Amino acid sequence: MDSIALTKQQLDGDRMIVNMGPSHPVTHGTLRIVLELEGETIVRATPEIGYLHRGVEKLGESLSYQQFIPLTDRLNYTSSLMNNVGYTLAVEKLLDVKLPRRAELIRVLVSELARIGDHIVCVGINAVDIGAFSAFLYLFKQRETIYDLFEMAAGQRLHTSFTRIGGLMRDIPEGFVPLTERFLVECEAAIDELERLLTRNPIWHDRTKGVGAISAEDAINWGYTGPCLRAAGVPQDLRKAQPYLGYETYDFDIPVGTTGDVFDRYLVRVEEMRQSLRIIRQVLDRLEPGPIIVDDYKVALPPKEKVYTRMESLIHHFKLIMHGMEMPVGEVYSATEGANGELGFYIVSDGGKNPYRIRVRPPCLPIFSSFDSQVNGCLIADAVAVLGAMNVIAGELDR
Amino acid sequence: MVIEQIDAQLPGVIADRHAFRGDQTAVVPKDRFLEVVDFLYREGFQFLVDVTAVDWPERAQRFDVVYHWLNLASQERLRIKVPVADGEAMPSLVSRFKTADWYEREVFDLFGIPFEGHPNLTRLLTWDDFPGHALRKDFPLDGGDAFCMEGCTAPYNRGERA
Repeated sequence: MDSIALTKQQLDGDRMIVNMGPSHPVTHGTLRIVLELEGETIVRATPEIGYLHRGVEKLGESLSYQQFIPLTDRLNYTSSLMNNVGYTLAVEKLLDVKLPRRAELIRVLVSELARIGDHIVCVGINAVDIGAFSAFLYLFKQRETIYDLFEMAAGQRLHTSFTRIGGLMRDIPEGFVPLTERFLVECEAAIDELERLLTRNPIWHDRTKGVGAISAEDAINWGYTGPCLRAAGVPQDLRKAQPYLGYETYDFDIPVGTTGDVFDRYLVRVEEMRQSLRIIRQVLDRLEPGPIIVDDYKVALPPKEKVYTRMESLIHHFKLIMHGMEMPVGEVYSATEGANGELGFYIVSDGGKNPYRIRVRPPCLPIFSSFDSQVNGCLIADAVAVLGAMNVIAGELDR
Repeated sequence: MVIEQIDAQLPGVIADRHAFRGDQTAVVPKDRFLEVVDFLYREGFQFLVDVTAVDWPERAQRFDVVYHWLNLASQERLRIKVPVADGEAMPSLVSRFKTADWYEREVFDLFGIPFEGHPNLTRLLTWDDFPGHALRKDFPLDGGDAFCMEGCTAPYNRGERA
């Protein structure tokens, strides 16, 4: 149908219609943008999404609360661990479970690592799309270290599924902390290197300054969250505003931009990486041995030694696997500060084994919905820069 | 708490309310929903965080349309639920909150709840002639017969299985 409309419009006027996507190097995922052009200027951009729609929310209604955790990996796949954390926090809010201290600390540690990894991808790829190839290569090494750390902790690089309801899958192994300490030093140096390449680079300024600028009011009205909202000058960070996992006890700053353009988003993300390193350093200072999952066998599985040797533990194990947890009737909305912005989970429980309704509030959906107003009147090359700075992750956008 | 203020300023508008684990929820009838939105906007709830719906097939008013608001100044959150029957249209919030555009399209797509006054109410995630609405409870999980494209008008499969 579209192709017919396309030829008709091409015949009628001087507007040219260009398809960006569904498979295009700058879309980083599968999404389609129909650009209407007058010369090089974009007159209208119509985003079309849903190419990666897997029905995660529908699937969640037929899976138990634990079984949903692997699906959260596949939302924002560049920082899957933060999705794990966000989801389990929502279920823990529903259950009213208090986490052990070590589990909280490790969750903060891996979340911040994931945030750095996500920002590396966003900033690096944004630069690659605009034409600055080398910046990403410096950071890519650090991203590898982050994935090595995830592999050590969870056994998987991307689809981590590291958290469990009430705690973690397992404790971080020996060698994790020394590697993290090394990473802190190397990553700091790599960020310095990145800044030397880009922050005062006149070509980078030309390509990013003033592109995709948005006022604070508009950003709020469009439902922006995360770095894009902060770049527009709104100091809204859920880690400070509505702290969870003990974030109120850490010492870190929230970088804020002024114009909301691509350059400010870049600066905010770079500074957030530094702040995340600061948080990780504080976590490492506080780490001490302890349990990593709640000692409540109605929520978390008992340890294997007990299952094999004690009758009650075996019963608990069996009950939890076969019947699931005893869920209260009610509804909760729990939001965490994901790498892209507010990642919310709205869970409605009718007391059954499975959630009655599970809703994922993806941070990049409202941000991407403003794409048309962001690129209107810009050039195609600017659309590429804006798309990269929005950090649209199709897996999360389409769910 | 903003719910008390709503109750005082607009008496009788809150049909039901509850608080669970610190989440404030107010149930509001559809015909007075826009009044409440106006009031909330004036009170500083200018950030529409999320719009979604929940299907309760056994109820007469089958759907709950669920709105989450955030007050950036006080960091207070509020959930407003509006029950609607099948086929009944909700008033659109696009003129006030631009973010409602895609959220409402998504709810229309996955639940089949129309929004009155929406400038471009088309499906967001599934394709235009997708049979049925995927997040309704009576939509089969595996797609079921619905995926045989019964009554489907797409030129590319002539009513045959895709």
